[in-house]
This record gives sequence, structure tokens and C-alpha cells, in this order.
Amino acid sequence: MTRQMTGAKMVVQALKDQGVDTVFGYPGGAVLPIYDEIFQQNDIRHILVRHEQAAIHAAEGYARSTGKPGVALVTSGPGATNAVTGLTDALLDSIPIVVLSGQVPTFMIGSDAFQEADTVGITRPCTKHNWLVKETDKLSSIMHQAFHVATSGRPGPVLVDIPKDVQFATGEYTAKPQAPVGHYQPQVKGDLETITQLVEAIEKAEKPVFYTGGGVINSGPGASQLLRELVEATGFPITSTLMGLGAYPASGKAWLGMLGMHGLYEANLAMHGCDLMINIGARFDDRITGRLDAFSPRSKKAHIDIDPSSINKVIKADMPIVGDVGHVLEDVLKIWKARGRKVNREAIAKWWQQIEEWKKVKCLTYKQSETVIKPQYALERLEALTKGRDRYITTEVGQHQMWAAQYLGFEDPNRWMTSGGLGTMGYGFPASVGVQVAHPEALVINVAGEASWLMNMQEMGTAVQFNLPVKQFILNNERLGMVRQWQQLLHGERYSQSWSEALPDFVKLAEAFGAKGIICKDPKDLDDAIMEMLEHDGPVIFDCLVEKHENCFPMIPSGEPHNKMLLGDAQATNAIAGKGAVLV
Amino acid sequence: MSALQIKKGSSKHSAYNLRPTFSDVQETHTITVLVENEPGVLARVIGLFSGRGYNIDSLTVAEVDHEGHLSRITIVTTGTPQVIEQIKAQLGRIVSVRDVHDLTAEGSSVERELALLKVASTGDKRVEALRLADIFRAQVVDSTLESFVFQLTGTPDKIDAFAELMRPLGLVQVARTGVAALARGKV
Repeated sequence: MTRQMTGAKMVVQALKDQGVDTVFGYPGGAVLPIYDEIFQQNDIRHILVRHEQAAIHAAEGYARSTGKPGVALVTSGPGATNAVTGLTDALLDSIPIVVLSGQVPTFMIGSDAFQEADTVGITRPCTKHNWLVKETDKLSSIMHQAFHVATSGRPGPVLVDIPKDVQFATGEYTAKPQAPVGHYQPQVKGDLETITQLVEAIEKAEKPVFYTGGGVINSGPGASQLLRELVEATGFPITSTLMGLGAYPASGKAWLGMLGMHGLYEANLAMHGCDLMINIGARFDDRITGRLDAFSPRSKKAHIDIDPSSINKVIKADMPIVGDVGHVLEDVLKIWKARGRKVNREAIAKWWQQIEEWKKVKCLTYKQSETVIKPQYALERLEALTKGRDRYITTEVGQHQMWAAQYLGFEDPNRWMTSGGLGTMGYGFPASVGVQVAHPEALVINVAGEASWLMNMQEMGTAVQFNLPVKQFILNNERLGMVRQWQQLLHGERYSQSWSEALPDFVKLAEAFGAKGIICKDPKDLDDAIMEMLEHDGPVIFDCLVEKHENCFPMIPSGEPHNKMLLGDAQATNAIAGKGAVLV
Repeated sequence: MSALQIKKGSSKHSAYNLRPTFSDVQETHTITVLVENEPGVLARVIGLFSGRGYNIDSLTVAEVDHEGHLSRITIVTTGTPQVIEQIKAQLGRIVSVRDVHDLTAEGSSVERELALLKVASTGDKRVEALRLADIFRAQVVDSTLESFVFQLTGTPDKIDAFAELMRPLGLVQVARTGVAALARGKV
């Protein structure tokens, strides 16, 4: 079925065909025809952000919390360049988003026209794919292809750049079922021979560990279910990257906690000491591996990843399995069950004894204070007071992010939105907006640091306008905490530019936007203040004044392997030296 | 907590030199990439190489199937076996790439390059240049009383050798196409 319509109408029609209910955007000259079409319909809700970067992060929050692609609409030139950080963030964290940008009319491209930028050129390295649409007749099929590419294989951001004359001109609309899907069809089934090898390794392993990542979340809730089944049935311990939290429940008995630079002692030592590492949907990121030549030296490594380029990129895989996590886990379970559900029970029990010894270190212990709120304590209380609620957490980037990952427990996938790969300060607030739009009834909390939060604080306007009751839980140490920590550990305590001076009064700031502000500085008042935040129906800025010089531990110093973790300040003296000093 | 006593400037080296067990032998591979012929596709391929720090020794591109909108890009690249594997995997990830073949790894192939070489000289040198051109089966495609332009087709080695011989005989300019290559045999 084909129909004649304008390019602008096609954009809206294609979004409807794709089941899109929400678009995050900001209008401008080159997208006016599309905004005109948005005005004349009610199926798609437009959320007006206050900065294009926030539109992309909000779309990411929407996508991560729903499993559906997020959509953003921005104008040409500065609108598109402001989207670049968000696109790069989504690329590194494999988040499916579709960004539509306006462009100057085709006959003006290349003339340095007003608000012209080479958007496809600028965004080529920070998208999975992008298109410049030069003919209205091709617009609708490109739109459908854009959704296909964003959501298939390893998900990621795509951008469609639409010149203004293409939006005005009339062309033929191609409906979704008729649209050519193109040649992009990534492999989802894993190689059965290698999967059988993995099953054999599972049957024999004496010190196995599951190391799971964002790929499990991206594969959908079914993959998390299969993972849980496999973990329960084998009794193997499981750890996860920052991106994978929630795939296996934090309350599960096989859960070791997060691994990596600020991961738990028992998780990192299990990775270091294991004889079988089963990587499911993670990519051996440098935050995870630490020093490569000393990374888990005695283990056989299986690596399940939908992206062939992740295999053998940094760590050599003994059992490489290219495929979708859900499909592969299904086959693993099927074959393992068919072969008699064997594991080396005796050895596994011994392995758990060892892990229990490591757990006794209690690596998350911190020094409590009667007078000052410790950031860890603030998060412990937040966890205790929100446990069991329909809760979504976003974060900014820095110490608070690592503490949130350590002290909050995630029982389900899609409940934890954080900027892992790119480490984008300013991600959390707009992401919380996107999550709240997708889940209007849920409790959405952005755990923030004051410095990160200020980077996209203009989104208070969005939160208030759309009555989004997002809770901005700011651990305010008046410092760029992680930068300060590294300057303390690495740069002779010379705290170059890492303090937050001239901070706003956050309560007044909230009130100026028409929202509620709460300040808390006494540990004794904390519970009541948190309850006040939770009970308020509307956006809240919670200014939690915390200990200014708290360091985030445990920590693997740069350039060191997993078994050289620092557990606290006492151990940190002389921790990072030589080659490690150049690592970020 | 006391300050850490880290020596100033204790390391100038990139941390990523801490790479583990992969072999560091450099290999040269010819990779042939069939791509959809659409705007920006070459930029995607080249951007991949520059963005990830891979080498391009030579690169050729032209449309090979007008109906099917397909172009073939032939890339000669040098790297460790692990880097070569990464290059192939990364190329395969580009949405407009149809297929990637490593001709060096997948059995025998034919590789040809075309070069134009301008040699300006007179007297004995001019005669010698012409004699060597004959040995290499180069053709004269332009001539003045003081110069020749030779056209030579062959493997890159052969062209290197000829250019080396022409250098003392008045070589002034070289233009090379880069390698075009196909696997031998039926498919």
C-alpha cells in the first residue's frame, strides 16, 4: 500500500507505524514542518526538553527502561551538534535510539547556510548508521530501516538527517511491512559446536564464574530469565558489570556484586582465581579487566557476544560464541539438560567456601559518623526506604555512581540507567526524565553528584512542565569527588579545579522552578527527609550534604590486576605508580 | 590520608602498551570489501581505519555493479594478526558493508596495480630508461624530447622495483592506483 503525503507527514506516520508513543525534542527552523505535523495529531506525545543533549539522554532513559527504541527530534546545525554527546553515549552503551535531525534544504547544502552543519559527517563515527535523505520518496523506507538497524544485532543509535525541502515535498509513503529491510541481518543463533564445548566446560569446572554485562539486558527480559535459571541450576557464582546490574537479582544467593575497578572484593577475586569464566554479553572493558597480562591468568574463557568485533578485541576467548544472549543461553540450557545436568558439585562447594572467606573481608565497610552524612550511609538509607517499590534508578557519573552501584540492589533488568562506557556527566537527570515519561506511576530517582547534576540542570523546566515527579537525590560534597580522589591518589593532593564553588542554594533553585527542595545535613534527619522526598508528588531536588573527602573503595588501582585491590584509605598510600599513572 | 609518593613523570608510556598474550608480528593483508554504493560509504571505511588507529597501505574503490549499486573497496593493511582480525570484524559491522574477504588468509589471489611514472632525462639515461621499460614490459604513453610517461601494470613489488630503477634515470613523478585484487578460481 502506498500513499501520497508530505515528507513531514511521513515522519510522523512512520513513527506511528513503528509504535512510537513519545518523542523528545526541541524545535528549530529546519524541523518546523515536522513540528507542524506533530501539532496536528495526538498519537505521539512530544516532550519539550531544554537542551538537545537532554533530548538524547531522555530517549536513552526511555529506551533502557522499556526495551523499546527511544526517539529524539532536533533541528539542524547546533541542534544536531548538541546531540553528539548523547549519540556517543548510546553508541558505547549499545542503546537503541533513533534521532531525527532537520537539515537546510538540499539546494543549500554545502553553501555554509544559516544553521548548516555536516550532520551525517559529524555523527558518522558516533552512530551505528546514519542517513541523509535527499528524496521524499525514500524517506519512509529509510525511517523504517533506521528502526531496524537501531534495534537489531547489537543495538545502537542511528540518525536520519532530513533537509527542509524534503519535509515539504510530497512523495510516496511506504508502510512498514512493505519497506525493504535491507541486508543488515545479524546472526542471533550461536555455533552449536562451541556451545557444546562450553557445556562440557561447565560440567567439569571447579572454580567457575559467570561474568555478565549489558548484553543480557539488551537481549530482553527472557534472557535474564534464562540466565537466572542457568545460575540457579548450576550453582555457579555470578558477577556483573555496571551495565548488567539487575539481570540477576541482587538478593539471589549466587550474587557476588559488581566487579571491576570499584567492584566488590569477592567478585574481583573470583574473576582472578576462576578456572572457567563465562562472559555473557560483556566486552572486557578496561574498567573490568585492569592489567591485561595479569587478568584472570588460569581460566578458560567463554565469550558470548552478538558483535563479532567484541570477540578477541582485548582478551582472547577460548570459546567464542557469536550470537544473541537469549538464543545462546537457551541452547546452553537445552544441551546441558540433555546431557544430564552435570556439574562438579564437590569442587563448586569448595569454591564457594573460598568465596565466603573473601566475603568476610566486608569490602563495603565504611567508617560511620554521628555528625556528618556519609554518602554510603545516604545510599544505604535510600535503599532501605525504597526497597520493594516500583523503582527506577538513574545516575550521573563519578563517585556517587559507583556508590549507587555498590549500595543499591537491583532485582530486575531495565531498572538501572547509568552512563557506563562514555561516562557522561549530565546523563542522569535527563535520563530520569525519559524513564519517568515511560513509567508515569513509578518511583524514579536520579542519584547524582552536585557537579554532574549542574551540567543538565535546565531540565528542571521539563520536569515541572510535564509534571514528572523525578527525585534528584544529590550527594553534595562540594567537590568533583572522583577527580578529587584521583588527585589525592595520583597528583600529590594538589586539588586542581576539582571543587564546586558558588553552588546554588538547591532548595531555592527548586522553588524557582516551581518544584520542591529539601536539604539534609544531619544523619539523624536523613530518614525523615528521604520519606518527605518520596511522599511528595512532584519533582524534588534533595540536597544531601555529605562528607566532603570520602573516597570510593574498594578500588583496583590503574595498571594493577584484580587481586591487587585497595580496600580503604590505609592501603592507598603508594598504590598507583609507574605505568598505572597514565591510565584514566 | 597522606599523599602518595609517586615520582614525578614516572611514566611516559601509554598504558595500553600493557597488552597481553597476542602476537606482535606484523603482517600485510589484502582485504576486499563489497559495499553498497551510497554517499559516505568510503568515509565510513576510512573513518574506521583512522578512528581506530589501523594502517592503510593502499586503498582502491570503484563501482563494480551499477544495477546492484555495489562498489568494491580493496584495502592493503598491515598489523598484528589480532589487529587484522579486528579490522575484518569492524568492517563487517558497518551497515553498508555486504561482505568482507581477507584474500591473504583465504588462499591464493591475483593482485595488480597500475602506475604512471614520469622520467625526464636525455642522452644515455634516456636510452637506459627506455631499455629497462622494455624489460619490465612498461608502455610509453606520453613522450617529449626530454621525458617519457611509462605505464606499468603488475604487483606492487614489481612497480616498486621499476620505480627504484628509474630514480637515478630522472624519475620526477609517480602516480599509482593502489592494489586491485580478486581470489583465484571460480567463486
